[in-house]
Amino acid sequence: MNFLEDLKKDLNEKFPQNTFQYSTPFGCHLLEVPKDQVVEVLSHLKQTRRFDFLMHITAVDYPKRDKRFDVVYELFSSKSYQRLRIKTKVGEDESLPSAIPVWRSANWFEREVWDMFGIVFEGHPNLRRFLVHHEFKGFPLRKDYDANKQQHCHSALPIHFEDEFNYVPKPDSDLVPLNIGPSHPATHGTLRIMAELDGEKVRRANVELGYLHRCFEKMAETHPYNQVIPYTDRLNYCSAPMNNVGYCKTVEKLLGVEIPPRAQAMRIILCELSRIIDHIVCIGANAVDLGALTGFFHLFTYREKVYSLFEKLCGARLTVSLTRVGGMAQDAPEGWFKDVLKFCDEMSVGVDELDRLLTGNKIWRQRTQGVGAISVEEAIMWGYTGPCLRATGLGLDLRKVAPYYGYEALDFDIPVGTSGDVFDRYLVRVEEMRQSIKIIRQVAENIPGGDYTIRDKRIVLPEKKDVYGNIEGLMNHFMLIVKGLQPPEGEIYDVTEAANGELGFYLVSDGTGTPYRLKVRPPCFAIYQSFSDQITGGLVADVIAILGSMNLIAGELDR
Amino acid sequence: MSTMGNEMNGEEKAPATKEEQALIEASRSYALTTRLDKLVAWGRKNSLWPMPYGTACCGIELMSVMGPKYDLARFGAEVVRFSPRQADLLIVAGTITEKMAPIILRIYQQMLEPKYVLSMGACASSGGFYRAYHVLQGVDKVIPVDVYVPGCPPTPEAVLDGIMVIQKMIEEGHPRPWKENWVPGEFR
Repeated sequence: MNFLEDLKKDLNEKFPQNTFQYSTPFGCHLLEVPKDQVVEVLSHLKQTRRFDFLMHITAVDYPKRDKRFDVVYELFSSKSYQRLRIKTKVGEDESLPSAIPVWRSANWFEREVWDMFGIVFEGHPNLRRFLVHHEFKGFPLRKDYDANKQQHCHSALPIHFEDEFNYVPKPDSDLVPLNIGPSHPATHGTLRIMAELDGEKVRRANVELGYLHRCFEKMAETHPYNQVIPYTDRLNYCSAPMNNVGYCKTVEKLLGVEIPPRAQAMRIILCELSRIIDHIVCIGANAVDLGALTGFFHLFTYREKVYSLFEKLCGARLTVSLTRVGGMAQDAPEGWFKDVLKFCDEMSVGVDELDRLLTGNKIWRQRTQGVGAISVEEAIMWGYTGPCLRATGLGLDLRKVAPYYGYEALDFDIPVGTSGDVFDRYLVRVEEMRQSIKIIRQVAENIPGGDYTIRDKRIVLPEKKDVYGNIEGLMNHFMLIVKGLQPPEGEIYDVTEAANGELGFYLVSDGTGTPYRLKVRPPCFAIYQSFSDQITGGLVADVIAILGSMNLIAGELDR
Repeated sequence: MSTMGNEMNGEEKAPATKEEQALIEASRSYALTTRLDKLVAWGRKNSLWPMPYGTACCGIELMSVMGPKYDLARFGAEVVRFSPRQADLLIVAGTITEKMAPIILRIYQQMLEPKYVLSMGACASSGGFYRAYHVLQGVDKVIPVDVYVPGCPPTPEAVLDGIMVIQKMIEEGHPRPWKENWVPGEFR
């Protein structure tokens, strides 16, 4: 019995006389339910252990429709690796029940939907401004909000907590309020943590987001498909090429095209190089915050080497934008793969050096072991993915469970930890760097020949010699630039395993040259949501250690 | 004691002798004041203490500027300070959003004079390709900027060049009308 029929039978037993609709557009299972039953269905699916992950909640705006919004829930099972999208229609002045009682992680997801669309979730404790500033009026992701309409912010938000928004420190109390960020060396980026301290202990904590909310999703709605690629670079800028790959893979799946083997191999190499340099920044910065400066400067030498490889490939160092829908922008220059192999040799020495520098270091171990420990169940409940999830002991890696680009044919292992603390996260990352080197070696040694992109006239621009050399090429180029590539109408959610975890793109196409809606599911958003919980009750010095180990990249966190 | 008191009270001194006048004339011709200025400027330009305000991608590239390969320390700007009160060069590296604008304004105001601002990258300079509802269209809307370094992100070489331009400005005592005419708290 296939998955949907099984699900249908189960739900029909639980909800007799329902009006649920089942479909599988573009290979993703979709269930449409009325808004009043959404939470019951979610609860049932969780209780029967069909799904344990709530990946994200988002919405799509159709201003001309009777019921204006679609609210979308994305579920995933770590046992059957199935995914299910649940959709419900909500009118402009209607509200729907909050899913927080079922999944605590729904808190931020729903708050973001309210912030962006103005959809009210009944029972949500904290529907306040989230990504945009507190003086902002209106709901920016609605279609009638102009992308270029800025609103100035004139004041900084004072310290506040979820249970006490108008917080006033009491002069006769022993509790001390502490504000860290958004400009603080340990927040490397724009994170802001507010805590109330009892001596060295954190009594309660809260975080504020949005200091780097750059409106990625609105920008994607106003640009042609290929012009969105540079924006994706700037989501997780520590490993920019991975975001390119994730986005292009989504669009390609919607178009129904498969890229040539050479492009796949190049993408794997780019992804794994990015994974290495991402982990370098994460481990290096984490160690710097705990006082170990050497590792950072030493590892940056290797990061520079990868930059040189990228530079040789396309001219850019950090934000490469090298993929295109349908393949790569250009072929690798002569000898590039040999350079990559040479780098692998150097890097494996580098990883061993890092290992010797930190793993046995007494101070490092005492600062990290047992700090920020989290169980598998809790991690799943929050929606952890990537190294932070694997450090808890669950070996979930999309390169293994839902392989793409030929990962299934490669020989590599998925390192897992046991306790989910900062030290285990570090160990997992170090081992992942070794595995990435192993993957790159296998691919770069057997690089397939052939073309680096597909040659579909409706998707890929012709080569310059054709544009300048013959009228057909010129017309083709002109048409594609003016109209853009136009995927079929529909919606899709596609994922890749990024350095931080599951990087998902939910793309809705209306058949025109620009995405109708593009929602990105950044891995560190779900992880960061657990942060206040994790640091409460701990020492204030551990806050910094935990923050560094989560590898929070403000670009993808705030988008 | 009594003569000192008289001088402080502004009483007229006895007219200087010819030798004394010649000495005063001669000492003026050394032009000590301008030389001291130059000396201070030379010291300042070679010991800039940057505060890296890295908010986004440019912050990562700024790490490279500080890192072993490009090594900003060669230009005397080695001591990176995260406290604005200890820094005299604010490097705005990355997108400044509307939410961040009041904060960067306060950071700038906390810095002591003389202070300089380097805007690194397209976003900090003009909003870059984020012509969007929550992005400040250039950090110069809220604080005065001395040098703009283009690029998305700029190469470390370009940032080093920008810092050398600031050094040159300090050395030559370049007039800075954008700073003199700046009104705190106003969106330009």
